[in-house]
Amino acid sequence: MDFNDTPEEARFREEASSWLAESAPTDEAFRALTPLEQAKVWQKQKYDAGWACLGWAPEFGGRGASAIEEVIWRQEESQYDLPANFFLIGQGMIGPTLMAWASDADKARFLPPLASGEEVWCQLFSEPAGGSDLAALRTRAERDGDDWVINGQKIWTSGAHYSDYGVIVVRTDPTVPKHKGLSYFYVDMKAPGVEIKPIKQLTGDSDFNEVYFTDVRVSDSQRLGEVGQGWQVSLTTLMNERAAIGGGFGQMDVSLAMSVAEEVEIDGRPAMQDAAVRARIADWYVQEAGLKYTGYRSLTALSRGALPGPENSIGKLVGAPKMQAMSSYLMDLLGASGAIADGSLAAKAGIIQRAYMGAPGLRIAGGTDEIMANIIAERVLGLPQEPRLDKGIPFNEVPTG
Amino acid sequence: MNFEFSEEQQLLREQARGFLTEHCPTSVVRSVLDGDQDWDASLWQKVAEMGWTATVISEAYGGLGLSYYELAIIAEEMGRSAAPLPFSSSVYLASEAIQRFGTEAQKSAWLPRLAGGECVATVAMAERAGRLVFDRLETRRSGSQLSGMKVPVADASVAEVAVVLARSEAGLEACLVPLQQAGVSLEPVLTFDASRGHSTVTFDGAEAEVLGDCALNPEDWESLLDGAAVLLAWEQLGLAETALTQARDYALQRFAFGRAIGSYQAIKHKLANMYVKNTLARSNAYYGVWALAEGSDELPLAAATARVAAIQASTYAAEENIQTHGGMGFTWEFDCHFYLRRAKLLSLAIGSEAVWQDRLVSALSAQSAAA
Repeated sequence: MDFNDTPEEARFREEASSWLAESAPTDEAFRALTPLEQAKVWQKQKYDAGWACLGWAPEFGGRGASAIEEVIWRQEESQYDLPANFFLIGQGMIGPTLMAWASDADKARFLPPLASGEEVWCQLFSEPAGGSDLAALRTRAERDGDDWVINGQKIWTSGAHYSDYGVIVVRTDPTVPKHKGLSYFYVDMKAPGVEIKPIKQLTGDSDFNEVYFTDVRVSDSQRLGEVGQGWQVSLTTLMNERAAIGGGFGQMDVSLAMSVAEEVEIDGRPAMQDAAVRARIADWYVQEAGLKYTGYRSLTALSRGALPGPENSIGKLVGAPKMQAMSSYLMDLLGASGAIADGSLAAKAGIIQRAYMGAPGLRIAGGTDEIMANIIAERVLGLPQEPRLDKGIPFNEVPTG
Repeated sequence: MNFEFSEEQQLLREQARGFLTEHCPTSVVRSVLDGDQDWDASLWQKVAEMGWTATVISEAYGGLGLSYYELAIIAEEMGRSAAPLPFSSSVYLASEAIQRFGTEAQKSAWLPRLAGGECVATVAMAERAGRLVFDRLETRRSGSQLSGMKVPVADASVAEVAVVLARSEAGLEACLVPLQQAGVSLEPVLTFDASRGHSTVTFDGAEAEVLGDCALNPEDWESLLDGAAVLLAWEQLGLAETALTQARDYALQRFAFGRAIGSYQAIKHKLANMYVKNTLARSNAYYGVWALAEGSDELPLAAATARVAAIQASTYAAEENIQTHGGMGFTWEFDCHFYLRRAKLLSLAIGSEAVWQDRLVSALSAQSAAA
C-alpha cells in the first residue's frame, strides 16, 4: 500500500496545481465582490480554461476526466481560499439528471451555462407534507393544451433566490399509488406565479426558501422523462446527492479540539492532560481518521477504475453528529464563556458556537440520520423495508395527518 | 493512491477463510469452551502446516519472510472464526519479541520451532489489577534466576516458553523463560473466555536468560505493543464482522408481530451502527497495517487509532448481536457468546481502551508538535 499517485495521476495533479497557482484569484478587487459574484467569476474563469465540471463531456463544457482526476482536482483546488460553491446542487445533481433525461437540444442549451456558472439551478423536491417521505408530495401539475399548470408549495429549497432555473417533481395523477403519479419538469424561476420566501433558520441565517407556485405555466417540452415517470427521474438526481452534500463539517476537527483543550484548565492543569478529555479527543480522532481512510479506500477503487463500495455512505451519518458532540463538549470546557457567540470575544472567533447551532441542520439535510441508517440497513445489509401502509393505494385515498 | 491489499493478498484471504470455515467451524470453538483442553492442538498443527505461524518470521530463521499485510489478513480470519488458538500470544507478541530483541543464539534456538508451530510461546506482563507500570513490576531477575508472579498469563498452559517482563539492577528486561522447569509453577485461572487458557505463573528461582542480553528500552517494548495492537485490531475486526453477520441473518429470519424483526427501525439502526463502527475500524486497521508494514513513524498514532476503533467496534457488535437475538442470544446453546467473550478478552490484553485512547492523544500531540 502507498498513498502515491500513479504516474498519470501525478502528471494530472501537476497540471492542475500549476494552473491553480497561476490563476487562483487573490486581488482586492475580487475580494470586494459579493460571495455569489466571486463564485461566478471564478467558475467562468475555470470554464474558459477547461477546469469546470471536469467529468462532463467536452461538448457540455467538461473535459471527460476520470473520477479519480475529479478528486485530484478537488484536492488541489481546496488548498486555495476560494469562494463558496454556489453550483454544487446544479452541477452535482441536476447536470447528471439533464444528461440522462433531457432532449439533445436542452442538453446543448442548458449544460454549458450550468458548467460555466452563468446560470444557477436549484432543486424543488421537498414539501411541507413530504420530507423523508418525498414521494408523498402534493404540488400538482394539470395539463392545459401544450402546457402544464403548477400549483403548490416547495420547501427547504437552497439557493432558490439566486437561481435561474429549477427542477421540480409534481403530482400529475393523484388517482394512482404515490410513486406512479409523479412527473418531473424544469422551470424558469423568474416565471410568473413563482414566489420565493426565505426561511429564517435557527442560526439566524437564510440558506433555504419556501417556493410557492400559483398557476405557473410550463411547456410540456420542459418535462424530463414520461408523464408518471417522475420518481425514476428523481432517483437520478438523488443518487448524486451524496456527492453534492457530503463533506463540509467545517473547522470542527480534532486539531481545534486539542487547541481548546490546551487553552482551558481543569483543576489548575491544561484540560489536555485530563483523562476524560483525552478519551473524547481519541474517540473523535477515531471517527475522523476512519472517515479519511475510508475515503482513501474509495479513491483506490476509483483509481483502479472500480466503483466505490457502500462504505462511503457513512460520512454524513458519522460527521454531523460528531460535529454536534464536539462543539457541545468544547463549549462545556469553556464553561460560562462558552455561551459567547460574539466573534470578537469568543474563543476561536465563535466558530464553535456557530457549529453547535448549525449541526442540527446537517443532521437533517440530505437525508436525516434516521434515513441514512435505514439506507445502510436496507441497501448494504439487505434488511427489509418497514411495511408501508400507503403501498398500492391511490394517492388521494392515503390517510394524511 | 493504492490503499488496498494486492491481488495475491486477496487470494490469501480467500484461502484463509476457506480453510478456517472448513477446519474451525463454531463446533470447534464450542468443544474447547466446553471441554478440558485449553486449545485445539490439532487445529494448531494444521494452521502451522499452512505456514501461518511463520508468516513474518524471516527466512533466515525458517520463516516465510512475508509482510505484516499478510499477517493482518490471517489475523482477521482468525477473529472471524474465533479460533481457539494461542495465535496472538505466540505470533503477534512472543515471536515478535524474540525476532526483534533476541540475540543470534536466541533467535536460532526458538524462531525456527515457532515458525514451524512445533512449540508455542507467550508473553507474561500483568502482575496486578490496573494499568501496567514498568517501574512497579515486581518480577525480578538476579543472575540467571527469576522470581515473581504473573497473572493472568494467556496460553501459558500450552506454551513451551514465555517472554517475561521483569526488572533487575540493570532496569527493565524481557526474560526468556522455558516453562517446563522446576522453578516454574502454573495454576489455571478461570477467565470469562475458557476457549483460551489462562494461568497464574509463579517463578521461584527459575532459569531465565535476558532477551538480547541487555536491558530493554521501554520504548522498544511500546513499539512491540504497537505492532500487536494493529494485529489484534484485525483479529477483533474479524470478530465484529461475524457478530454483525449473525445479527443480520437472525434479524432476517426471526419474526415478531407478523414480520421479520429486521424490518423494525430499532433493529435496523442498531445494525447500521454496527456497520458504521466496523467500517471505521476497518479503515483505521488499514492505516495501522500500512504504518506497521512500511515502518512509518506514524505507527504509534496509527496503532492506537486502529486498536481503539477495533475495541469499540468488536465489543459493540458482540453486545448488540446478543441483544438482537433476544433471549436465545443469552443461552449457552447459541454461538453469540463466543464473540462477546473473545472481543472483550482481546480488549483487555496489552492495555485496555483508556490506555490506548491516552496513547493515541499522546501520539497525536507528538505528531502535531513535529509537524
